[in-house]
Amino acid sequence: MPPINYERRFFFVMIQFPHRHILSINQLTTQDIAFILDTADSLKEILDRPIKKVPTLRGRTVVHLFFEPSTRTRLSFELAAKRLSADTVSVSASTSSVVKGETLIDTARNIEAMKPDIVIMRHFCSGAPHLIANKINASVINAGDGMNEHPTQALLDLMSVREKKGGFKGLKVVIVGDIKHSRVAHSDILAFNKMGALVTVCGPATLIPRDIERLGARLELDIDKALDGADVIIALRIQKERQGKVLVPSIREYSIRYGINKKRVKLASKDVLIMHPGPINRGVEMTPDVADATNSIILDQVTNGVAVRMALLVLLLSGENYR
Amino acid sequence: MNRDVNKLDVPVVFKGVRIIDPLNNIDQETDILIKDGKIASIGHVENIEGVKTVELRGKWFCPALIDMHVHLREPGEEYKETILTGTRAAAAGGFNAVCCMPNTNPVNDSPSVTRFILEKAEKEGFCKVYPIAAITKGQKGESLTEFGDLKEAGAIALSDDGRPVVSANVMRVALEYALGFNMLIISHSEELELSKEGCMNEGPISTMLGLKGIPSAAEEVAIYRDIRLSAFTGARLHIAHVSTKESVNIIREAKKQGIRVSAETAPHYFSLTHEAVIGYNTNAKMNPPLRSKEDVEAIIDGLRDGTIDVIATDHAPHSELEKDLEFPLAANGIIGLETSIPLSLELVRNGYLTPMELIAKLSLNPYKILGLKPSSLTIGEPASFVIIDPDLEFKVSKENLYSKSYNSPFLGKTLKGRAILTVCDSFITFDLLNLL
Repeated sequence: MPPINYERRFFFVMIQFPHRHILSINQLTTQDIAFILDTADSLKEILDRPIKKVPTLRGRTVVHLFFEPSTRTRLSFELAAKRLSADTVSVSASTSSVVKGETLIDTARNIEAMKPDIVIMRHFCSGAPHLIANKINASVINAGDGMNEHPTQALLDLMSVREKKGGFKGLKVVIVGDIKHSRVAHSDILAFNKMGALVTVCGPATLIPRDIERLGARLELDIDKALDGADVIIALRIQKERQGKVLVPSIREYSIRYGINKKRVKLASKDVLIMHPGPINRGVEMTPDVADATNSIILDQVTNGVAVRMALLVLLLSGENYR
Repeated sequence: MNRDVNKLDVPVVFKGVRIIDPLNNIDQETDILIKDGKIASIGHVENIEGVKTVELRGKWFCPALIDMHVHLREPGEEYKETILTGTRAAAAGGFNAVCCMPNTNPVNDSPSVTRFILEKAEKEGFCKVYPIAAITKGQKGESLTEFGDLKEAGAIALSDDGRPVVSANVMRVALEYALGFNMLIISHSEELELSKEGCMNEGPISTMLGLKGIPSAAEEVAIYRDIRLSAFTGARLHIAHVSTKESVNIIREAKKQGIRVSAETAPHYFSLTHEAVIGYNTNAKMNPPLRSKEDVEAIIDGLRDGTIDVIATDHAPHSELEKDLEFPLAANGIIGLETSIPLSLELVRNGYLTPMELIAKLSLNPYKILGLKPSSLTIGEPASFVIIDPDLEFKVSKENLYSKSYNSPFLGKTLKGRAILTVCDSFITFDLLNLL
């Protein structure tokens, strides 16, 4: 196996990656994104080695600060850091001092005082990572803030699509589901739009935020029209606990009217990709046969998630001398 | 009046000032003589022995200004503002009087709280304070406060400001009951079912920032409800902090129909749009929220055609404890007393209002709506006035603000125009340039 050349790559990193924090897709240029994806592509190989560890971030400390429950994203970030030999610590809201009434800024300053290199943060409030990024020296990666953004999810979605399609120009990407409360939808719209894809959103009108077009998405309320000729279908999780109250009458009606089934997939282009950020409600957002079909790349997304997060850790820490 | 305030006890003539007096419909440059605590003469004065002369060519000499929507935070939240610091900020902002909202702790829903505020203001204040008492006990929206007792204790009007009167029937009863005491009901118009959990205007910016929105309809349906109730009961109604285009249209239509409704807006609703929130700026968070450009334009139209009678600041001091937080968790409200004049002057600079129209919205109109004797520059009237330098620039900064809090979206900005001298019943409450 040839040694990977990521050490040499860092030379370019220093010049080409000028970011201290990853808070929003908006802050990244198309060149930045391509560079992150290239780096992730080359780091992905490590995940297939028998010994899945490189010494790149030895002696670096990554703190995972999660104010909202998360399994997949947190595991993905932790594995990414461990694969690169960084020391990792996890703090979750239930064990943190938040319950003791400490403010977010105080919590962050205390963590800062212990000199971490990167703070990875998930918070139930939109803008919380932005607030912290202004107050501490460590880099901050937004692992999901309220209804706002989930930039690393969008990057791994881009990576997964690029792997299969080679690029983004003119691709028809359709996002279906609860667009209003989804930070994944928000970041995906920005990211795919930025890379030259055409993004359409679809879902019950009660789950579409106002003026969604301003983010760069086209709105199509008719699911069959939305899926027509789609190259990528991203189905979003419907939060069962949120529905059945006011916004959608029932999960049953949702799955009938907006669920992705075989018949609907036929409306899309022949080699359409099926995606889902997880966790999936089988039979609600999509039927099991669609989720498990050969064109479903739902598990590739999960693998690529680790690679993209490794890339971000490497890029943020390599570029730091040049801030 | 606060003991630190000096009294103007020598005769003074202000030479060449621009006298702007909406009551008497005067806007002219001339001299004005203040003597024995009264306005002694208006018109050219030769230098007289023993009379202090102050040359202030072109500066605006206006009657007393009143801000009818202020939160002084005392009793209960003295770390944010006190009657002393709030009235000091008012004097520095050019105001001779403020109306303070009842959402203190305890709520001003009883004569004892009303009297406490008045006594404190009498002893420590830098301007007159007219307490507004709650419509319902504890502002809970359930049972009415004792309007008669509150009025006797000195309450000038009634409002549950900070929260709406949720029950339409309670509002109806309040309006009706107020008829017997000729008391003004001030409506904080908000349909909570629609605004619930929202933290900024619902629109492109809330979508961009991923923040839960407050639809403009939440304000409009509530205003419409209260206007219909006012029409039905025949009671007077004043709409606080109007912020949307359709609110202006609803009020305009109501006035055409002869309904006894008046309305105010705050300077931020004609100076800023919801774009000020970008960056999760908690100093741009208030309720109602900053709206769209279209709404701002409609507010200005409403001010121009008289639909909106009053500019009041909704001065709402908060400390870092409430503001240095995640945006959705931060408190609503910004301070306004010391930025009201420069922001309002922008309306004159842009040709939307004449100086006289502007001063009417800061003085004559609110005095009339509150049932108080309007301040005017009439010979024999007590010496209560403000002198404004419309061109003087100043920086809004922690150090320059008299308010105890500095939660302002204008912090760090340079604004144009401010009060340079405030005199309240012959007391010199603010004298920026040491003129007297």
